[in-house]
Amino acid sequence: MQLENTAQSTLVGTKSSSTELGGSIKAGSGKKFDRKNRLLFYNRFFKIACIASAAFVCLILFSILFFMFRTGILTFRDVSPMTFFFSSDWSPENESYGAFIFIFGTFALTLLTLLISVPLSVIIAVFLAEIAPKWMRNLLRPVLDLLVGIPSVVYGFLGMTILIPLLRDLTGTNMGDGILAAAIVLTIMVLPTISRISDDAISVVPRKYRDASYALGATRFQTIFKVIIPAARSGIMYAVILGMARAIGETMAVVMVIGNTPQLADALFKPTSVLTSNIVMQIANVPFDSTWNNALYMMGFLLLVISLLMIVIVRLFQRKGAQQ
Amino acid sequence: MRAAASGSGGAFSSGKGLNKVKNRTFTVFVWGISSCIVLFICALLFLILQKGLPHLTWDFIMGLPSEMEEGGGIGPALFNSFYMLVISLAISIPLGMAAGIYLAEFAPSNKLIGFVRICVEGLASVPSIIFGLFGIALFVEMFQIGLTIIGGAVSLAFLNLPVMTRVTEEAIRAVPKEVKQASFALGATHLQTIRRVLVPSAISGIVTGICLVAGRAFGESAVIILTAGVTTSGEMWDFNLLSPGETLAVHLWYVQSEAIVPDAVSISDKAAAVLVFVILMFNVVFRIPLWIKDRKNK
Repeated sequence: MQLENTAQSTLVGTKSSSTELGGSIKAGSGKKFDRKNRLLFYNRFFKIACIASAAFVCLILFSILFFMFRTGILTFRDVSPMTFFFSSDWSPENESYGAFIFIFGTFALTLLTLLISVPLSVIIAVFLAEIAPKWMRNLLRPVLDLLVGIPSVVYGFLGMTILIPLLRDLTGTNMGDGILAAAIVLTIMVLPTISRISDDAISVVPRKYRDASYALGATRFQTIFKVIIPAARSGIMYAVILGMARAIGETMAVVMVIGNTPQLADALFKPTSVLTSNIVMQIANVPFDSTWNNALYMMGFLLLVISLLMIVIVRLFQRKGAQQ
Repeated sequence: MRAAASGSGGAFSSGKGLNKVKNRTFTVFVWGISSCIVLFICALLFLILQKGLPHLTWDFIMGLPSEMEEGGGIGPALFNSFYMLVISLAISIPLGMAAGIYLAEFAPSNKLIGFVRICVEGLASVPSIIFGLFGIALFVEMFQIGLTIIGGAVSLAFLNLPVMTRVTEEAIRAVPKEVKQASFALGATHLQTIRRVLVPSAISGIVTGICLVAGRAFGESAVIILTAGVTTSGEMWDFNLLSPGETLAVHLWYVQSEAIVPDAVSISDKAAAVLVFVILMFNVVFRIPLWIKDRKNK
């Protein structure tokens, strides 16, 4: 900032003297709005435009919070919070709005996804950062980055056409849909995200830690488990939370394999429903100012609060990481 | 490093046999798991492309979808995908970049700006379906325009805005201080410095971000289902902003789960292949030139 002012005043200085020199030419054109003012105007205008854009981004977040809350809170005119959160009877046709099944389903699905995906992702991250030869690393990192960008509906489509028939054959049940199928599809989706961020976290562990560990006679196995993973812990946690946020909010891939039936997810192969899938399947068919619609918005608001809470947790982790 | 580790194991091998075995097992285990997973995921993508691409015809890519008979195409859906992508990028790139430039260049470091950063980060992690619900509340209820292309495109832009902001901020922050100071020393104003020096230096990061955002906008389906609907206007090259705007990603879901056409499987195979192909193309076309440039600079 300081530097900019000095630079500008220098510019102004040279400018004014040249105006005096070229005064006769200048008078002919008669321009009031000369170069200096124009530049100052552009600079100021640009800064204001930038501030407005930043404010606009915040405004979106607050209007989303406001809209979701305003519509969602109307649910509690007709349904008590106790019923909404703890009753597992969701039949809007008969005026019963218990969302417990979906809340439970979301948490169960996320937990199951993390159980499968975290160990696998950490293994891939260790492989990429520590074990793989250099050419393989250079090949695999861009490939994983590409996989992050594959649309979720494609993963859902794969789950529907390949995974579910496979699960049916393997288990002999006649229903492949359910929480296990959804967790496997989500695992494939979040795996590139978690492993790439953990890979970055492991790569920035200082080299001297490794050297010290090897100098003490540790094997690579011991070095990785006793030194490198503990050192990269906060980065790996960050990756896991990001993956978790993605798993909680994922809609289309889940809709296609979970079965969309409002029953409690107490078995791996039982068609069920989670918050996101229930919202997307029902919202199109309900009038806007019905209790049903309000209840769906309340479920959305719940998702919103969960995802914002996770950001706060990530922030805390980062602060802790910075202090270390 | 491996030579060093196994060397020390060899020198003191008495009593260290177990550790050596563990180390070996672990290495083999990690190699096995990683190659299996990576091969598996790549095989899935390959499978999609291989099942769909050889059967593609112009009639399918440009043709109109049909509700009942075989032989429907994906023309309007594909067109809507690109149309909405362009509109949403036209909104999210300038706004997102401006906000990112503000956070990287102008913003003082105080509590308020810290809060703005948390807002941006928070908005980036909001699930896409929430943007869909917000789009319904805004466009369908408040403005009463129904399920339209413009509603879908603006909701998509909102979804991508925070990502664009963060990517731009990080890319501009990564430009070395000396470059910026040199520009100021030459007498450039702040705007000139940003336009001629900072943005060109950060272009690699920004383009990567745009790729990410474009891929996300092209493949997003939950937002579109809620704000633009699951039907098209039924004609090709329909530029009307107020017609319903089903995109290719939505069409893939719709054909597979709701439609009653007899050749649903073949349509969705081909649609999935087109979808993946376009996303891969985005990355190849935009990233390879940058990649080559980075290679040259090193």
